[in-house]
Amino acid sequence: MKSAGRYILPAIILLLIVFPLVFLHSNPYAIQVAGLIGIYLILCLGLNITIGYTGLLDLGFMAFYAIGAYIAAILSINNVSFWIILPVCMLAGGVVRWLLGLPLLKLRGDYLAIVTLAFGEIVRIAANNAVSITNGPKGLPRVGERFSSINFFSIKFTENIHFYYLILFFVFIAIVASRRLENSRLGRALVAIREDEVAAELTGINVAAVKSVAFVLSGIFGALSGAIYAHWIGFISPEMFTFWESVFLVAMIVIGGMGNISGVILGVFLLVGVPEILRDTLGTRFVDYRMLIFGAVMVAVIIFRPQGILPSKRRALELEAHV
Amino acid sequence: MLIQQIINGLTLGSIYALFALGYTMVYGILLMINFAHSEIFMVGAYCGFWFLSMLPFLSAFPGLLIPAMFLAAIIFSGVLAVLMERVAYRPLRRAPRLAPLISAIGVSIFLQNLMMLAVSAQSQPYPESFNITRFQFYGATVNSLQIFIFLLSIVLMVLLEIFIHKTKVGQAIRAVSQNHVVAQLMGIDVNKIIAMVFFIGGGLGGVAGVLNGMYYGSIKYNMGFLPGIKAFTAAVVGGIGNIRGAIAGGFILGLLEAFSAGYISSENKNIIAFAVLILVLMVRPGGLFGEEVTEKI
Repeated sequence: MKSAGRYILPAIILLLIVFPLVFLHSNPYAIQVAGLIGIYLILCLGLNITIGYTGLLDLGFMAFYAIGAYIAAILSINNVSFWIILPVCMLAGGVVRWLLGLPLLKLRGDYLAIVTLAFGEIVRIAANNAVSITNGPKGLPRVGERFSSINFFSIKFTENIHFYYLILFFVFIAIVASRRLENSRLGRALVAIREDEVAAELTGINVAAVKSVAFVLSGIFGALSGAIYAHWIGFISPEMFTFWESVFLVAMIVIGGMGNISGVILGVFLLVGVPEILRDTLGTRFVDYRMLIFGAVMVAVIIFRPQGILPSKRRALELEAHV
Repeated sequence: MLIQQIINGLTLGSIYALFALGYTMVYGILLMINFAHSEIFMVGAYCGFWFLSMLPFLSAFPGLLIPAMFLAAIIFSGVLAVLMERVAYRPLRRAPRLAPLISAIGVSIFLQNLMMLAVSAQSQPYPESFNITRFQFYGATVNSLQIFIFLLSIVLMVLLEIFIHKTKVGQAIRAVSQNHVVAQLMGIDVNKIIAMVFFIGGGLGGVAGVLNGMYYGSIKYNMGFLPGIKAFTAAVVGGIGNIRGAIAGGFILGLLEAFSAGYISSENKNIIAFAVLILVLMVRPGGLFGEEVTEKI
């Protein structure tokens, strides 16, 4: 059993690397969907640190995706290299998240949720109204402007498949980072805070500082994902960062299984991948009913698996909440 | 100008306050954010719309038409809210706290798309049900619809207040919101009380929807979303779970929106509303009228 398990991970990695080459000409749409799943994976793995590990509900995470995307777009239009933009975006995402967390992390669960929601809306509306910087609802780039392309040594990123590998690389980083975090002292501190803040404080965890670190880590992943997405699609507008998108991210994490990396991956696949596959296979007539069925299935899944489809093992050990 | 903004703010505030009551009552009793409440608001608005457009003969009796329309909206939205609770929330009562939230989001997506497919993806004009007369008032204009919205909301709020504080069922609701188990031991049918709360909250949300449709003159399948966020904000500002707080929060939010639209910038009125929310919570984390909750250990 153990010897077989050793080959699963390399096999999956190999499959992910080879898969787009198979579809390169027969079905380029598949590569695009795969890339999109990857973008959401980076976002959700980031958000999972806040929601899954630390138990803080964030309903405005798209704000950080937007911050990453807009900074990347503005710098890219001004011919800054992608490899400089990326760390700048991550830094900006982290700093903004840290500043936001300073006053907010004191709040109780649901109040935190509503304030993050409000922040998400503020960022979206500000992007919509600050026409001189963001070109408002018409989005970036403006007519006549274009993003500078990403160069990796001599390769120029133009095709979906280039971005697929770029995204895949960062998905791996996000997964490895999450895994390392899960088993680290910091990760255990986060879980302790989720289960009982007072008890965590009493065992010597600096609750405020640890929560803040979790919050910032999430923000970095969010901004990173936004920066890549902006370059890939080559266009961004405030409409992409609605409250619904933030809620969707939370839904992916909860349906898949909070605090469990495989659960998050499954959730992203189900909520991003399956609707796209359905669109492809069931034809146009079905498209109208897609969201209707999606809503009903979401209710059904959560009723039958309230812990998510792949519940976190650590969460299963948790004592029953007293609320 | 000042008086005009106050009038606009009070009108908006009445709608937000009615809407916020549903959020706050459900939260008070189940500790869950009923995200799909914004869809109850939308369905209520459509119910009034159908009533007005399908029963034209009633328009000969305006004195009958309007009460009948509101009654229909209350019953329809109330029953929908009860069904929602039964199907999507009750099975999750002992589940982790985020589970009912996700279920509510699913219900919300379902209802929005159902309405979009069944009725229309476009916004539809709301039929006139009212001869609007305008009055001059210290240099400001107030119309009869605004007065009607304000008075109807106040009447409903007073009725709710009496119901919660003076009747036996109201007492049972307060008991359940304090402790389900002990309430059950006192012989209260907790499930029935929860259904009752959903009915009342849903009915008030439906009325808010109809009023919103009448006030803005058009409705759309996703009309509940933004007012929903604001009503929820109002409930939080007032201290969620607290009925008087939600009413106060609704009016505060309505006035705030009217003032920022009038004096600062109507484009950024939503930003200002949300920024105030963040500020209020930073200073008073339990909302303006929320009691200080000591964390249970």
